[in-house]
Amino acid sequence: MAGGGQTSGASQSDSFAPVRYWLLLPSWLTLLVLVLAPVSMMALYSFLTKEFRGGVVWDFTLAAYDQFFFDRGLFGDEPPKLQWTYISIFWRSIWQAGLATLMSLLIGFPTAYFIATRPEKQRALWVFLITIPYWVNLLIRTVSMKFLLREQGPLNDFLLSTGLLSEPLAIVNTNFAVQLGLFYSYLPFMVLPIYAAVERYNFTLSEAAADLYATRWVILRRIILPSVKPGIIAGCILVFVPSLGSFLAPDLLGGAKNFMIGSLIEEQFKGNAGNWPFGAAASMILLTMVMLILMIFAHQQAKGGK
Amino acid sequence: MKSIIKSTVAAAALCLAAGAAMADGKLVIYHWFEYIPQELLDKFAAENGVEIVMDTYDSNEALLAALKAGAMGTYDVAVPGDYMVQIMAGEGLLDTIAEGELKNKGNILPQWADPSFDPGRTHSIPYQWGSTSFAVNREVYSGDINTTAILFDPPAELSGKINMLDSQGEVMAMAALHLGIPQCSSDRAQLKALNDMLQKAKTHWASFNSDTAKEVLVSGDAAVGQIYDGFGAKAREEGAPIEYAFPREGYVVWMDNVVLLKDAPNRENAIKFMDFLLEPENIAAVSNYARYVAGVDGVAPFLDPSLASQPESNPPANAGPGVFIEVCDQQVQEIYDRIWTELKN
Repeated sequence: MAGGGQTSGASQSDSFAPVRYWLLLPSWLTLLVLVLAPVSMMALYSFLTKEFRGGVVWDFTLAAYDQFFFDRGLFGDEPPKLQWTYISIFWRSIWQAGLATLMSLLIGFPTAYFIATRPEKQRALWVFLITIPYWVNLLIRTVSMKFLLREQGPLNDFLLSTGLLSEPLAIVNTNFAVQLGLFYSYLPFMVLPIYAAVERYNFTLSEAAADLYATRWVILRRIILPSVKPGIIAGCILVFVPSLGSFLAPDLLGGAKNFMIGSLIEEQFKGNAGNWPFGAAASMILLTMVMLILMIFAHQQAKGGK
Repeated sequence: MKSIIKSTVAAAALCLAAGAAMADGKLVIYHWFEYIPQELLDKFAAENGVEIVMDTYDSNEALLAALKAGAMGTYDVAVPGDYMVQIMAGEGLLDTIAEGELKNKGNILPQWADPSFDPGRTHSIPYQWGSTSFAVNREVYSGDINTTAILFDPPAELSGKINMLDSQGEVMAMAALHLGIPQCSSDRAQLKALNDMLQKAKTHWASFNSDTAKEVLVSGDAAVGQIYDGFGAKAREEGAPIEYAFPREGYVVWMDNVVLLKDAPNRENAIKFMDFLLEPENIAAVSNYARYVAGVDGVAPFLDPSLASQPESNPPANAGPGVFIEVCDQQVQEIYDRIWTELKN
């Protein structure tokens, strides 16, 4: 199974020549079966005609994309206008995922910095502690979060008993609850890559800067942040991308009142009329968007590396 | 490339062969969540020496989507609601039960023996029936609750504390009753009014949730919850100070049915299971567990006494009519879908 890895040396590659293709088979199969096939299927379905109550008819059409971008009124016979419904759902998702990423960064960076600056022997323990809550299933963690935030939940009980508040905070079923849920769901994905970057950072650079009369703020901004930037970018991507397509947090914490992309797509497959091509088209648009974002990040990272 | 395809086919064939070998003495059920007592499944398994596998779903639409997405041939029986039996039969997903195949078919109560959604009961047997209305927390609101205005145009005390079922069929049917218009109406003015009314009503709603419809009432997170009668009874028994409403404008009645799926891998066991559920003692066990009403004659001696007097199963004399959810045609359904998407945006 350990195929492929040894073939880099020119002299060794000959001895593998007869079996080279067989050794590559697992990675080919993985790419073919798990990446290329599903995405191609999705792309294909997005151009097919919907069948009532789910399923597709094999007639090629752009109807799904048309539905996404054009509004023809409640009865579908008005002159087309730009369709804001789906754009606003996408925009809301980006906004929610973006705020969750920002929160993760604000909490995750100091946490990662803290762990990376502990004595070497302690670091593994801290990383281990960070991951403990994530041994529990995401659904259970999200429901627990709802329990904590409820109007009669522990958080409100505490705030009321200390006299900080006279009325309980209504957090559940708001957009803020969704952001909190996403933030909590994906926080370790922010902490771990930043930790790895900060750990590699050479702290004598900070000392040198301090010797040259740089303030702490300048050291952070001009020396540390640029050095650990790849870790920050990796963390942001790892939090932002899954947040964008998430549907557990919006459904459970947001009260399912405001569609996010994930729930919109789910509805096309589980809803009453069932509109698979539209679900596929929305997925393709999401995929394209994520790819663009990743390319921008990658481009920036390449620039930063120079 | 050819060899890849060959080995894939070989692997798939192996899996299929393994599946077929294990299918002996098995019954694969696709069922709602929290709707059948484990002891009853154990009893059937022990009596017939079969292994039972059960997967669950949380809405009729989820059931349909899973079956259409390729789960046919996996399951033997499923438990769709009234309108979904009609849809599934129309989609060709159901197998026909031949006359005389079910020896307990005569146990079905006359009023459920020839329902509009499955004339002659050729695909299904009754499982449980009940109503979908809503329950109100009486500590929060003590006024009149037997009106659909509680959901769609609530008094100030209840505004912002309402949980709706995350289910288009139930919400739309209730909304049509509230406006006094026929379900699935294709009249433009009526559809427009429906859309406008729902958009306004939404400002009073806290959430859409079906899975935790009971929990939000018990925990007090919601003061009003659209809910099935049995779930309402359970919530009350778990200590929620709630009362189940029977609105004057009407409420939704439903019946869940055990259907025989097309291409059932264990058809014989499926028929045995349906016969098993037509025996009063067995289906009464479901009623005692789920707090709904069976459609089989002779269950009374086996029922939990509290079930007969349960307020959720006994509409008052002034209650409105109980109506089944209707199956809309494609054109109206597409407009319903637009209204629903706007409602949840």
